[in-house]
Amino acid sequence: MSLLEVEDVVVRFGGVTAVDHAGFTAEAGRITGLIGPNGAGKTTCFNVITGLQKPNEGRIRFDGRTITRLPVHRRSRRGMGRTFQRLEAFGSLTVRDNVRVARDIHRGLAGLVRPASADVDGLLERVGIAAYADERADSIPTGVARLLELARCLAGQPQLLLLDEPSSGLDETETQAFGELLAALAAEGRAIVMVEHDMDLVMSVCDELHVLDFGRVIASGPPALIRADPNVQRAYLGYSDVPDADLTQELEAVR
Amino acid sequence: MSTIISFTILGLFTGAAYAIAASGLVLTYTTTRVFNIAHGAFGMVMAFTFWDFSQRQGMPTWLALFLVLGVVAPGTGWLVQRFVTRGLGEGPVSVSLVVTVGLFVGLIGLAQYIWPPEPRTVPPFLPDKGLQIGDTYVTAHQIITIVLSAVVAAMLYALLNRTRVGTAMRASVDNPVLLQLFGGKPDRVASLSWAIGISLAALAGILLSPVVGLSYFDLTLLVINAYAAAMFGRLKSLPLTFVGAMGLGVLQSFAVAYLPSEGSLAGLRAVVPALFLFVVIIAMPQAQLRIGQVKGIVTAPLPSMRKSVGWGAGLLGLVALLAASMSDADLLLVGTAATYAMAMLSLVLLTGYGGHVSLAQFTFAGVGALAYAKLDEPNLYGLFMSALIAAGVGALVALPVLRLTGLYLALSTLAFGVLMDKLVFQAEFAFGFNGTLSAQRLTVLGHEFSSTGGYVLVMAVFFVLMALALLLLRRGVLGRLLIAMRDSPAACGTLGLDMRWFRVALFGLSAGMAGLAGGLFAGLRGTIGAADFQLFNSLPLLLLAVVCGVTSVTGATLGGIGLMLLPVLQSSRPELAGLVFAVLGFGAVALGRDPNGLANLLFGLGRRLEARFGDKVRAAVPVLPLPRPRAEDDSDTNIPLKEGAHVAARS
Repeated sequence: MSLLEVEDVVVRFGGVTAVDHAGFTAEAGRITGLIGPNGAGKTTCFNVITGLQKPNEGRIRFDGRTITRLPVHRRSRRGMGRTFQRLEAFGSLTVRDNVRVARDIHRGLAGLVRPASADVDGLLERVGIAAYADERADSIPTGVARLLELARCLAGQPQLLLLDEPSSGLDETETQAFGELLAALAAEGRAIVMVEHDMDLVMSVCDELHVLDFGRVIASGPPALIRADPNVQRAYLGYSDVPDADLTQELEAVR
Repeated sequence: MSTIISFTILGLFTGAAYAIAASGLVLTYTTTRVFNIAHGAFGMVMAFTFWDFSQRQGMPTWLALFLVLGVVAPGTGWLVQRFVTRGLGEGPVSVSLVVTVGLFVGLIGLAQYIWPPEPRTVPPFLPDKGLQIGDTYVTAHQIITIVLSAVVAAMLYALLNRTRVGTAMRASVDNPVLLQLFGGKPDRVASLSWAIGISLAALAGILLSPVVGLSYFDLTLLVINAYAAAMFGRLKSLPLTFVGAMGLGVLQSFAVAYLPSEGSLAGLRAVVPALFLFVVIIAMPQAQLRIGQVKGIVTAPLPSMRKSVGWGAGLLGLVALLAASMSDADLLLVGTAATYAMAMLSLVLLTGYGGHVSLAQFTFAGVGALAYAKLDEPNLYGLFMSALIAAGVGALVALPVLRLTGLYLALSTLAFGVLMDKLVFQAEFAFGFNGTLSAQRLTVLGHEFSSTGGYVLVMAVFFVLMALALLLLRRGVLGRLLIAMRDSPAACGTLGLDMRWFRVALFGLSAGMAGLAGGLFAGLRGTIGAADFQLFNSLPLLLLAVVCGVTSVTGATLGGIGLMLLPVLQSSRPELAGLVFAVLGFGAVALGRDPNGLANLLFGLGRRLEARFGDKVRAAVPVLPLPRPRAEDDSDTNIPLKEGAHVAARS
């Protein structure tokens, strides 16, 4: 059984269907990539999974239980963590305090009585931003802020990590290190779902890919298969070495 | 049967006026995301202007009407949008609320200054005309109002759906930045909608003033009815707003007709709009958490605990000195300042740290005072019980709006304030109609503080303890959580924080602090009444708190002293009474964008003096502690609890 099951989700904004009967799953210990052009509904999917957006139709199952109607914080308490495409760091707090807040929330009332920061620095170390620990979160570079969001979400010890464009703002070496970190996090048994535009990263770390286009899942499978899929190439990857039958026919018709 | 008809028509008339006002409110809110608390105050000022033109200067009605609706009101709206509310919509809700509350108070003050209190009458339009429908006589004024509301509705519909600028207006509702990218001019759209909005407020004010009378407060508060109607339309649907306004008008009219005019339910008639607003707000759908909003606010530096204790002790010494040397009358003022300062501390927690706005904080103080007087236990137990009761009431106010945020929370405190003012405080079980209650001074551990000096010192001790507790809280886990919630509610939610209960607890705690202040105030005064805790006192409280710095204890101290001085100033120069409020209100408009306020200027001054003279003074007085290393400077700065001169002496 999959840890996360997204079933037939539909989200409409007025007349626009942002997510159109989308469905995919994520397994523990594996990295699942969600790719597709801008506006394909990837972030909206994340919002539906985490409860920030109510779906018009469809179901979300997590750890075998339906959570479609649960409020945001209850889902998180079941073991879900996410980062944001448009950053949501606590700007007036230091980097360290950002992670502390997450820990305090995770520990609940016990944390209010006996605050501890033992592994907070460990988390900063692990994602590689320990050097920024004492800086205000609204003054750090974007890449660091994304890693901060990852550290913050790890503080809640989630089973499922939803990462929204985590590598944007990182340079090549940093991205490589980040890929290794992701693999390590997954190897520890976490399920990771990642929205990402860096195709090299996606192709190298993901075990499974789902391609979204206009709110629909147009292809699912391991990276190698996706890379070869003509539909995906036309919709997103932007190159085509396989002649497209439909397109050829259309062109013929025009002629 | 005929009474039903006549009261329905009366209701439709007031409803029509509300609809006109409410549609203006909706228009300005949707296009600029600034909820104009001062909408009614603008209507009031314009009604006065109309009176001035038509009655005092004797212009013909049509000319006065044209000048107000076509020139003065739109001009004002344009200027306000240009220079006051521009860009506020993208910022935190608390800032736009404070700025428009500033306009609210400032406009009332301005009206009192320009048109000092005296009886004025505004004749209705076509006073001797009317229609006989069966047994019911409908005045021409009522018909004109109802027809005008229909005309306004039609014109707004045409404007929004049939013109280019209307399309731009609807577009800027969704995304002003995008509109700009496509060559639209959001600023022009915003100015135009404010111009129209204020004109509509003016029209409503002018139409209602013959019925309500030219009163600074009644006309301004009529806007609660407009808020209620606008909320019914969820702040975006004009047709629903009209339905809500008409429904409210009729409901209110029926309340006057059928609810008892005597007994405990008499006050109910006056609070129908507030109740309506409450119900509508509760029925609002769950708010979605906003993602990708502005975050990170530079707040006043947090002083070290040692420094805070030092300044607290200094303040207590000063109050002890005053207690020994001042007259009882002056000491009462010091005690009042302490009360205000404590109430402002509750705002530091709620607004400064938490980012929420309460428009009725002094009403909570009233709850505390009432409980203290009623419990009749003039000791610590009684005092804490009254604080607890106030906290409970505060939590109850926040409870219905659990699922909502910012604006709705603030508006429900406004409705709550009106409810308490008109219904609860005046009731037999409370202060009674125009009545007072007596309260004893506090006895602590068998020692009675019966002298005013001693009692004021006790109040100062409570203030200092409260301030220290607040700073301790800010340093700890809860303080971090508060800031995190203010910066990004969405992140807090996805990290697993149930913000709803946290918010209720925050509101309760803040109300409890205000309640404690109220209880102490009751003991100070000996006799207290509903008049001491009116809703209108809460607005200057909020404004001065923000102007002086709502993010720091120092700000609360300065604000408390300032608020105490306001009435003193007003009674020494009665002719300037209105002007004082105008200055305060418009001052808040100017300074409202920076919640750190004047206190932060003092901190800056302190730092500069420290840098300049610190070494010399320390050389002369070797016992003074050394400043901390530079790296920690930001979290450890002067917190002058009293005045600027002190800073110099200490550094």
